[in-house]
Amino acid sequence: MLETALKGRQGYWGLLIFLLALMGVGFVSYLYQFSEGLRITGMSRDVSWGFYIGQLTYFVGIAAGGVMVVLPCYLHDYKAFGRITILGEFLAVASVVMCGLFVIVDLGNLPRMLNIMIYPNPTSILFWDMIVLNVYMLLNIIIGWNVLSAERKGVHYQKWVKVLIYISIPWAFSIHTVTAFLYAGIPGRHYWLTAIMAARFLSSAFASGPALLILLCLIVRKVSNFDPGKEQIRTLGGIVAYAFILNMFFLLLELFTAFYSQIPGHMHSFDYLFGLEGHGSVLAPWMWASIGFAVVALVLLIVPATRRREDTLAVGCAAVIASTWIDKGFGLVIGGFIPNPFGRVFEYWPTTPEVLISVGVWATGFFILTVLYKIVISVKEEVGA
Amino acid sequence: MYDGGKIITGLIIGIGLLMAPFFYNAGKAAKAPEPELTAKAKEAKQCVMEKAYMTSSHFSLLDDWRNTVVRDGERYYTAKSGKVFYKSLQMTCLDCHSNKSKFCDQCHDYVGVDPYCWDCHIEPKEKK
Amino acid sequence: MGLDRREFLKVAGLAGLLGLGGKAAIDMFAPGELEASMETIPLTEGKRWAMVIDVHKIDETIIKKCVEACHREHNVPDLASKKEEIKWIWKEDYEHSFPERHHEYVGEDVEHGSFLLLCNHCSNPPCCRVCPTKATWQREDGIVMMDQHRCIGCRFCMAACPFGARSFNWGDPRRVLEDEKLKELNPGYPTNQDYPTRSKGVVEKCTFCAERLAKGQLPACVEAANTVKKDALVFGDLDEPDSNVRAVLRNHYTIRRKPELGTNPNVFYIV
Repeated sequence: MLETALKGRQGYWGLLIFLLALMGVGFVSYLYQFSEGLRITGMSRDVSWGFYIGQLTYFVGIAAGGVMVVLPCYLHDYKAFGRITILGEFLAVASVVMCGLFVIVDLGNLPRMLNIMIYPNPTSILFWDMIVLNVYMLLNIIIGWNVLSAERKGVHYQKWVKVLIYISIPWAFSIHTVTAFLYAGIPGRHYWLTAIMAARFLSSAFASGPALLILLCLIVRKVSNFDPGKEQIRTLGGIVAYAFILNMFFLLLELFTAFYSQIPGHMHSFDYLFGLEGHGSVLAPWMWASIGFAVVALVLLIVPATRRREDTLAVGCAAVIASTWIDKGFGLVIGGFIPNPFGRVFEYWPTTPEVLISVGVWATGFFILTVLYKIVISVKEEVGA
Repeated sequence: MYDGGKIITGLIIGIGLLMAPFFYNAGKAAKAPEPELTAKAKEAKQCVMEKAYMTSSHFSLLDDWRNTVVRDGERYYTAKSGKVFYKSLQMTCLDCHSNKSKFCDQCHDYVGVDPYCWDCHIEPKEKK
Repeated sequence: MGLDRREFLKVAGLAGLLGLGGKAAIDMFAPGELEASMETIPLTEGKRWAMVIDVHKIDETIIKKCVEACHREHNVPDLASKKEEIKWIWKEDYEHSFPERHHEYVGEDVEHGSFLLLCNHCSNPPCCRVCPTKATWQREDGIVMMDQHRCIGCRFCMAACPFGARSFNWGDPRRVLEDEKLKELNPGYPTNQDYPTRSKGVVEKCTFCAERLAKGQLPACVEAANTVKKDALVFGDLDEPDSNVRAVLRNHYTIRRKPELGTNPNVFYIV
């Protein structure tokens, strides 16, 4: 099947070359970081994780979100999704690759990375996160590839693939739960120390993952003869709506606990993130933008008329992605570090090389996604789906 | 075989390119450098272990030392001769072998290894 | 640790005689007043090391001496940057040492008093729990140790430490030797030829001077403080009922930083 990725129109090659160029820029920036150290980033003694770890967290969510097409299809026998499960699975593969790369670029001492396996520490959540993420990627590659090649040959995929599919469903929940545990079990970082962290992560994942999938489906329809389907997109829209409402509901729960209890530690990070405490915050405009996008998304997704129209649904999905990206890819990690353990505010903002390296990682992810989707499209066109 | 000729030509060119460094460097092998001993090292006669072991496996010993010192807090090493050594690259090894460039680097360069010991551990100041 | 006191003295003595590095071991044979207080608990065999800092006894001079002694001993550079700051022990005011205890009517001497902060060597350390490679771990004597050979620089421990005790080498600390401005700030760096520096990309922090304890010496800060005022900093074994730290804790009201988090810090403050 791989050969189908080698035949494409000009636009396809143009996109790949463009992504390759961005990857090159990212790689050169990384070489600079590798020789100078992480001091070229905006991270500091006080804010010791930043954009990279935020992006890791966000893309674990996108990866987990893919399960929202697999689960209805296989557990509820919702046949319509059978047409697009492969898109969810391959999106998960590309996302996990990005997660891995974001961890790699964040390490201070990359050559020693294998120490995680040579001297594993089972009490470290990072160790478990590495395991669940890698297994999830493998599951999705194997399942996606087998199901797709069976479809191409016009036969039913083998039974053992079905077993893997059933495993992959709870596994998707596990990757984002374990990722939430990176944060939720740390004493002294009040913003993270919340029992609903995993629930918040999952709700935002199940909103942002399918939202991105809807946009990708619309693009696929536009550039190819394969139509993911009107019904499929409409059902996904409903899933995004429910999940995003839950996500905002969970945020309100956090705000209630913090501000009704009036416990300073619980309020401080929110105060800082939304610029409520006098000392200005570089993040405040972003966090308010996140709220703004959320309001737009809620309106467009809740009103049935706008949810069912594909153009307004697309705007709603873009707003979901923007809102959750700021909240989780940015605010979540940084908010946990501010104020610092001494109650002081030391701010963080990513540097240009840091952003360029991140662009390189995104480009790598989208390169992989483009190639995988090209294969899917070629097969689907071939079998006349 | 389709395109058999092309494949074989390609293989020959590929293998040729892979082998190029060997042909290029053939017959130019440099002589392996011999680590130089300082007067102090010569006088001591016996290192922590016998010479053959130190030549071939000093890094295993150093690895063991750093692990047992840092992780187990065992800071003394009793040699076969009964002599007790303070396990320290910086304070013990290089106290004798204070000529790092001639004792360590020369050979490391020759075999193309670049141990990161000196990123942290302080080299002795050598008299030029 | 593996050696008992008698065995240690034998080895240290032998090493001393042979001139094999155990230079400082000789100090054990001529204990000053300070070491005399430690007579009952050899520094090489603690079960749970702890430090008591008497805030009434320390002043700016002592604090400065402690910080300098530690940072010179361990080649901790001044990088002239808040962002990349590396510190093992440092001065802090009351409000920021104990943010949850502070209130606006707190007495002047406390409000303006200076505290000395360092790694708490918690009995239940979250940093060790989260480290994916056991590069930071708890020794049998309670010291929360760092293995700079193993650290991969993920900085999970920095996120997990509620006390801000950990610093990261964002760049190569040895750039101090090349940069003119930094060179001026760090005369003689690396100041201790017998102790390594660090490399870029690893985390570092106070180790309760594990390397000095092994030679029968007190931590550098304790030694420095006591040259100015006796018992300003007291170091000893909490596990030993008759130890100096236990006596001090019995006779004074002491507080610890953020005890409510359950990490069980082993640095106490007499306020």
